Amino acid sequence: MKHKTFFWFVLPTSLAMLLFIALPIVSVVMQSVYAPHEQVVIEVDNCDIFGCTKSTMVDQEATGKLRDAEPLGRFVGTDIYVNRSHLAITEISLAWQNSAGMGEFLSEVMNLPFYRALAFTLTYTFVVTPLVLILGFMIAVAVNSIPSVLRGPTIFLSLLPMIITPLIGSLILFWMIDSRGIIGTLIQYLAGDPSLSMKASTPLTWVMLMVYGVWHSAPFAFVVYYAGLQSVPKDTLESAMIDGASRWQQIRYVIIPHLVPLTTFIALMQLMDNFRVFEPIVSFNASAHATSLSYFIYDDLGGETRLLSSAAATSVLTIVGVAVLLTPVLIRTWRDFGRSKT
Amino acid sequence: MSTSVAERRSPLLKLFAWSFLLLWLVLAAFPFLWTFWGSFKVEGDFFSKADWMWAIIGHLTEAETGSTFTGAGYEGAWIQEEFWKSALNTLIVVVCVVTISLTIGTLAGYALSRSTFNYAFWLLIIALIFRAMPPITLVSGYLLPFYEWNLWGKLPTAIIVLVAINQPFTLWMLTSFFKNIPKDLDESAMVDGCTHFQAFRHVIIPVMWPGVITTGLFSLLLAYNDFAVTAMILSKENQTMVPKIASFLGTTQTKGNVMFAVASVVSVTAPLFVLVMFFQRQIVSGLTAGAVKG
Repeated sequence: MKHKTFFWFVLPTSLAMLLFIALPIVSVVMQSVYAPHEQVVIEVDNCDIFGCTKSTMVDQEATGKLRDAEPLGRFVGTDIYVNRSHLAITEISLAWQNSAGMGEFLSEVMNLPFYRALAFTLTYTFVVTPLVLILGFMIAVAVNSIPSVLRGPTIFLSLLPMIITPLIGSLILFWMIDSRGIIGTLIQYLAGDPSLSMKASTPLTWVMLMVYGVWHSAPFAFVVYYAGLQSVPKDTLESAMIDGASRWQQIRYVIIPHLVPLTTFIALMQLMDNFRVFEPIVSFNASAHATSLSYFIYDDLGGETRLLSSAAATSVLTIVGVAVLLTPVLIRTWRDFGRSKT
Repeated sequence: MSTSVAERRSPLLKLFAWSFLLLWLVLAAFPFLWTFWGSFKVEGDFFSKADWMWAIIGHLTEAETGSTFTGAGYEGAWIQEEFWKSALNTLIVVVCVVTISLTIGTLAGYALSRSTFNYAFWLLIIALIFRAMPPITLVSGYLLPFYEWNLWGKLPTAIIVLVAINQPFTLWMLTSFFKNIPKDLDESAMVDGCTHFQAFRHVIIPVMWPGVITTGLFSLLLAYNDFAVTAMILSKENQTMVPKIASFLGTTQTKGNVMFAVASVVSVTAPLFVLVMFFQRQIVSGLTAGAVKG
């Protein structure tokens, strides 16, 4: 394909991505190094018959002028990045010097909002992803062993947790887990503690969110593995059988090698999707016990005062996190591309 | 498919597989069934402190409304809280997003699948990086310019943003579909004197529909399911269904109004059910497209 033709074909897409993905990133980076202007405060003398008192008031005109002159705000460099709500360099080094042991240091760090969000996001990502792979694989193997008449309806039901809107899927579970809901009641009954509430405890909230994550994503892994199992080389399997391979050996030496590339694919997609975990925290109303990086940004953006600079700094840090997560994949894709050209 | 010798299993293993599958199916489907059934009850039954059986038999529902089923939740959500407006907004957003992103996505996907230049590869890689970024990180970049230019809160703004966020995924999927359409087809058309665009129009377009429909389904799901973008960018009057439900939760926790949220949750889920029922095959093929072939 000629360069010129290629250019015209990809122009609309590239324009859309440039304007609404690339430029916003630039805008986010800009916003993260500027803070809103502080209001200009002037002192005025209020004099009446009892004497003069000094009081301060906001000089609206001067503030407005300043805002017009520098609409981005005042340049603060990396101040926002290192402040208490983000990387908290000062607090971390203080905690490092003052705390007696590792445990105390960690609990100090976990009180800082950014690290709290980061800790949950990473835990969620690296707990949910392997569990999704395992559960998805087990479902795929099980579905593969039932008569083909039943497979259609089974796949239909299995797809539901994934297709459902994340906010809504987690709401449905949240209502059931509520202490007055059916699962909540069941858990209270099993634990023998009628006052047990999943919402009130931090560890239980984390578990709940991760259970939701696995429930939501397992169908994806299942479908991909199921498709993979359909294309397992039958001849190889039969010859392994004839050579006296046991069932376990067949799985180990024929089926698993066939599924390895699929596992990489699922793991990649899952890492990307789990790193952005956000909706369940809104639905579960869990922000007191667990926040993720995405939720942290959402929280800054919403509400009465929109903390744009703070949200922007968190966004930049999140993007850096995504980049780190993706590096191995990018290197691999680059190698594959080099191979496919030759 | 005939069962080969290799697929024979011991009865114990079979029993385990069946019971595991049954357990999974209950886990996957029961919450939906439960919520659907419960949406026709009053709050006292759906969240029953006294006896969980009430959610099934509707004890309080009968006492309060005279019948074991009530449509009060739906009436409250759709009419009183004007959920129909959000449904209409969602319809507009979804239709526009799918149409626009498929139109520009097919062009680019086709070009990418036919190009072996390095920059084609880099475009795909950039798209992959964009795909990995949480949409909410972009939202903080949108807000300031959108306020400034008075674009915030309007449906077309949300549509364009969703199209852009959709593009990376659409590109990857369509590129992999187009790679499966033999190059000989359009090359022979060009030998016969077509320009590249004519070859695309007359030769590729007629055979691309399965891939495009599958990609369209996923664009649709992305637009329909989005919360991060629509919640932050749309004003209250222009809200789509998902942010509307979230706002139900924040403001109307008074008695009875939780059932509005339950009813609207069921209303949002219903179209997705229908979608999976009719397009199960396409969804499955779409999910595996990237994996099995690539």
